[in-house]
Amino acid sequence: MAKVLFFGITKDLTKTSTENIEIPNDKTSVSELKDILLQQYPELSKVPDLMIAINTNYAKDDDVARSGDEIAIIPPTNGG
Amino acid sequence: MIDIKITKTSLDINKIYQSTRTNQSGCTNLFVGTVRDNNLGRDVKYLDFETYEKMALKEMQKIAETAQAKWKVINITVHHREGKVEVGEVAVIVAVSARHRDHAINATHYIIDTLKFTVPIWKKEVFDGGEEWVSAHP
Repeated sequence: MAKVLFFGITKDLTKTSTENIEIPNDKTSVSELKDILLQQYPELSKVPDLMIAINTNYAKDDDVARSGDEIAIIPPTNGG
Repeated sequence: MIDIKITKTSLDINKIYQSTRTNQSGCTNLFVGTVRDNNLGRDVKYLDFETYEKMALKEMQKIAETAQAKWKVINITVHHREGKVEVGEVAVIVAVSARHRDHAINATHYIIDTLKFTVPIWKKEVFDGGEEWVSAHP
Protein backbone atom coordinates (compact mmCIF):
# COMPACT_ATOMS: atom_id res chain seq x y z
CA MET A 1 0.00 0.00 0.00
CA ALA A 2 1.06 3.57 -0.61
CA LYS A 3 -0.51 6.80 0.57
CA VAL A 4 -1.65 9.09 -2.23
CA LEU A 5 -2.24 12.81 -1.61
CA PHE A 6 -4.36 14.93 -3.94
CA PHE A 7 -3.95 18.70 -4.19
CA GLY A 8 -5.62 21.68 -5.84
CA ILE A 9 -7.91 20.86 -8.72
CA THR A 10 -7.23 17.11 -8.43
CA LYS A 11 -8.61 17.13 -4.88
CA ASP A 12 -11.83 18.79 -6.06
CA LEU A 13 -12.24 16.56 -9.13
CA THR A 14 -11.75 13.31 -7.23
CA LYS A 15 -13.41 14.58 -4.03
CA THR A 16 -10.51 12.89 -2.27
CA SER A 17 -7.58 14.34 -0.36
CA THR A 18 -5.89 11.14 0.80
CA GLU A 19 -6.22 7.58 -0.40
CA ASN A 20 -4.33 4.35 0.15
CA ILE A 21 -3.66 2.44 -3.03
CA GLU A 22 -2.38 -1.05 -3.61
CA ILE A 23 1.02 -1.14 -5.29
CA PRO A 24 1.21 -4.32 -7.41
CA ASN A 25 4.27 -6.41 -6.43
CA ASP A 26 5.19 -3.67 -3.94
CA LYS A 27 6.81 -1.56 -6.65
CA THR A 28 5.65 0.18 -9.78
CA SER A 29 6.91 2.78 -12.22
CA VAL A 30 5.44 6.26 -12.14
CA SER A 31 3.87 5.78 -15.58
CA GLU A 32 2.14 2.57 -14.38
CA LEU A 33 1.07 4.42 -11.27
CA LYS A 34 -0.48 7.16 -13.42
CA ASP A 35 -2.44 4.48 -15.33
CA ILE A 36 -3.71 2.98 -12.07
CA LEU A 37 -4.80 6.40 -10.81
CA LEU A 38 -6.46 7.34 -14.11
CA GLN A 39 -8.39 4.08 -14.08
CA GLN A 40 -9.56 4.72 -10.54
CA TYR A 41 -10.18 8.43 -11.12
CA PRO A 42 -10.92 9.00 -14.85
CA GLU A 43 -11.69 12.67 -14.08
CA LEU A 44 -7.93 13.23 -13.58
CA SER A 45 -7.51 13.06 -17.37
CA LYS A 46 -9.04 16.57 -17.50
CA VAL A 47 -5.91 18.00 -15.90
CA PRO A 48 -2.99 18.56 -18.30
CA ASP A 49 0.62 18.14 -17.15
CA LEU A 50 0.01 16.22 -13.94
CA MET A 51 3.22 15.62 -12.03
CA ILE A 52 3.87 12.96 -9.44
CA ALA A 53 6.04 13.39 -6.37
CA ILE A 54 7.37 10.46 -4.38
CA ASN A 55 8.35 11.22 -0.78
CA THR A 56 8.32 14.98 -1.63
CA ASN A 57 10.58 14.69 -4.69
CA TYR A 58 9.35 15.22 -8.25
CA ALA A 59 9.41 11.86 -10.03
CA LYS A 60 9.96 10.99 -13.69
CA ASP A 61 7.88 8.39 -15.53
CA ASP A 62 10.50 5.68 -15.14
CA ASP A 63 11.09 6.30 -11.42
CA VAL A 64 9.77 3.64 -9.08
CA ALA A 65 7.18 3.96 -6.33
CA ARG A 66 7.26 1.38 -3.55
CA SER A 67 4.90 0.20 -0.88
CA GLY A 68 4.97 2.65 2.02
CA ASP A 69 5.89 5.67 -0.12
CA GLU A 70 4.02 8.96 0.09
CA ILE A 71 2.84 9.76 -3.40
CA ALA A 72 1.50 13.21 -4.27
CA ILE A 73 -0.50 14.21 -7.32
CA ILE A 74 0.79 17.64 -8.35
CA PRO A 75 -1.38 19.62 -10.80
CA PRO A 76 0.28 22.68 -12.43
CA THR A 77 1.47 24.91 -9.60
CA ASN A 78 0.95 28.66 -9.39
CA GLY A 79 2.00 30.18 -6.14
CA GLY A 80 3.11 33.79 -5.87
CA MET B 1 21.28 33.17 5.47
CA ILE B 2 18.25 31.62 3.84
CA ASP B 3 14.88 32.10 5.56
CA ILE B 4 11.94 30.13 4.11
CA LYS B 5 8.43 30.11 5.53
CA ILE B 6 4.82 29.27 4.76
CA THR B 7 2.36 30.98 7.08
CA LYS B 8 -1.33 31.49 7.69
CA THR B 9 -0.75 34.94 9.19
CA SER B 10 -0.14 38.22 7.37
CA LEU B 11 3.33 39.10 6.12
CA ASP B 12 5.10 42.13 7.56
CA ILE B 13 7.11 43.86 4.82
CA ASN B 14 9.20 45.93 7.21
CA LYS B 15 10.06 42.99 9.45
CA ILE B 16 11.20 40.96 6.43
CA TYR B 17 13.19 43.90 5.10
CA GLN B 18 14.91 44.32 8.50
CA SER B 19 15.76 40.64 8.87
CA THR B 20 17.15 40.44 5.33
CA ARG B 21 19.23 43.64 5.19
CA THR B 22 22.74 43.79 6.65
CA ASN B 23 25.34 46.51 7.07
CA GLN B 24 27.36 44.78 4.37
CA SER B 25 24.53 45.08 1.81
CA GLY B 26 24.43 47.97 -0.58
CA CYS B 27 20.82 47.12 -1.34
CA THR B 28 17.90 44.94 -0.41
CA ASN B 29 15.49 44.08 -3.19
CA LEU B 30 11.92 43.18 -2.28
CA PHE B 31 9.31 41.54 -4.46
CA VAL B 32 5.88 41.84 -2.85
CA GLY B 33 3.11 39.84 -4.51
CA THR B 34 -0.39 41.06 -3.66
CA VAL B 35 -3.93 39.91 -4.42
CA ARG B 36 -5.53 42.05 -7.11
CA ASP B 37 -9.25 42.67 -7.31
CA ASN B 38 -9.73 41.51 -10.88
CA ASN B 39 -8.66 38.60 -13.05
CA LEU B 40 -9.79 37.86 -16.61
CA GLY B 41 -12.56 40.42 -16.23
CA ARG B 42 -13.96 38.92 -13.04
CA ASP B 43 -14.17 40.64 -9.67
CA VAL B 44 -12.01 38.63 -7.29
CA LYS B 45 -13.24 38.38 -3.68
CA TYR B 46 -10.20 36.61 -2.26
CA LEU B 47 -7.62 33.90 -3.04
CA ASP B 48 -7.31 30.63 -1.20
CA PHE B 49 -3.79 29.14 -1.26
CA GLU B 50 -3.25 25.45 -0.75
CA THR B 51 0.24 24.04 -0.19
CA TYR B 52 1.91 20.66 0.08
CA GLU B 53 3.83 22.21 2.89
CA LYS B 54 6.79 19.92 3.48
CA MET B 55 7.56 19.64 -0.24
CA ALA B 56 6.92 23.36 -0.85
CA LEU B 57 9.42 24.33 1.86
CA LYS B 58 11.98 21.96 0.36
CA GLU B 59 11.48 23.35 -3.17
CA MET B 60 11.66 26.95 -1.92
CA GLN B 61 14.91 26.12 -0.12
CA LYS B 62 16.33 24.57 -3.32
CA ILE B 63 15.47 27.68 -5.35
CA ALA B 64 17.10 29.95 -2.77
CA GLU B 65 20.22 27.77 -2.71
CA THR B 66 20.45 27.87 -6.51
CA ALA B 67 20.12 31.67 -6.43
CA GLN B 68 22.82 31.85 -3.77
CA ALA B 69 25.16 29.80 -5.95
CA LYS B 70 24.40 31.84 -9.08
CA TRP B 71 24.60 35.39 -7.72
CA LYS B 72 26.61 37.16 -5.02
CA VAL B 73 23.87 37.65 -2.47
CA ILE B 74 23.98 37.96 1.31
CA ASN B 75 20.55 36.99 2.66
CA ILE B 76 17.47 35.52 1.01
CA THR B 77 13.99 35.51 2.55
CA VAL B 78 11.01 33.81 0.89
CA HIS B 79 7.73 33.85 2.82
CA HIS B 80 4.45 32.65 1.31
CA ARG B 81 0.91 32.77 2.64
CA GLU B 82 -1.40 29.80 2.93
CA GLY B 83 -5.19 29.78 3.21
CA LYS B 84 -7.45 32.76 2.57
CA VAL B 85 -5.74 35.97 1.41
CA GLU B 86 -7.93 39.02 0.84
CA VAL B 87 -7.72 41.53 -2.02
CA GLY B 88 -4.86 43.97 -1.35
CA GLU B 89 -3.14 41.63 1.08
CA VAL B 90 0.39 40.34 0.57
CA ALA B 91 0.56 36.74 -0.69
CA VAL B 92 4.32 36.39 -1.09
CA ILE B 93 7.52 38.28 -0.31
CA VAL B 94 10.94 37.56 -1.78
CA ALA B 95 13.69 39.69 -0.25
CA VAL B 96 17.33 39.55 -1.29
CA SER B 97 20.22 41.58 0.06
CA ALA B 98 23.53 41.94 -1.74
CA ARG B 99 26.53 44.22 -1.98
CA HIS B 100 25.44 45.26 -5.45
CA ARG B 101 22.00 45.76 -6.92
CA ASP B 102 22.26 43.67 -10.11
CA HIS B 103 22.88 40.52 -8.04
CA ALA B 104 19.94 41.21 -5.72
CA ILE B 105 17.57 42.11 -8.58
CA ASN B 106 18.50 39.13 -10.77
CA ALA B 107 18.28 36.69 -7.87
CA THR B 108 14.86 38.02 -6.86
CA HIS B 109 13.60 37.72 -10.43
CA TYR B 110 14.84 34.15 -10.70
CA ILE B 111 13.34 33.15 -7.33
CA ILE B 112 9.81 34.45 -7.93
CA ASP B 113 9.66 33.12 -11.51
CA THR B 114 10.88 29.66 -10.52
CA LEU B 115 8.66 29.53 -7.44
CA LYS B 116 5.55 29.76 -9.59
CA PHE B 117 6.51 26.70 -11.62
CA THR B 118 8.14 24.28 -9.20
CA VAL B 119 6.81 24.94 -5.69
CA PRO B 120 3.67 22.91 -4.90
CA ILE B 121 1.38 25.82 -4.06
CA TRP B 122 -2.00 26.30 -5.73
CA LYS B 123 -4.37 29.23 -5.70
CA LYS B 124 -8.09 29.12 -5.91
CA GLU B 125 -9.74 32.33 -7.03
CA VAL B 126 -13.03 33.07 -5.35
CA PHE B 127 -15.23 35.52 -7.22
CA ASP B 128 -18.89 36.51 -7.24
CA GLY B 129 -20.81 33.45 -8.31
CA GLY B 130 -18.08 30.84 -8.08
CA GLU B 131 -14.55 29.72 -7.57
CA GLU B 132 -11.82 28.29 -9.78
CA TRP B 133 -8.31 26.91 -9.49
CA VAL B 134 -6.05 29.24 -11.42
CA SER B 135 -3.79 27.48 -13.88
CA ALA B 136 -0.12 28.31 -14.04
CA HIS B 137 0.90 31.05 -16.42
CA PRO B 138 4.10 33.07 -16.89
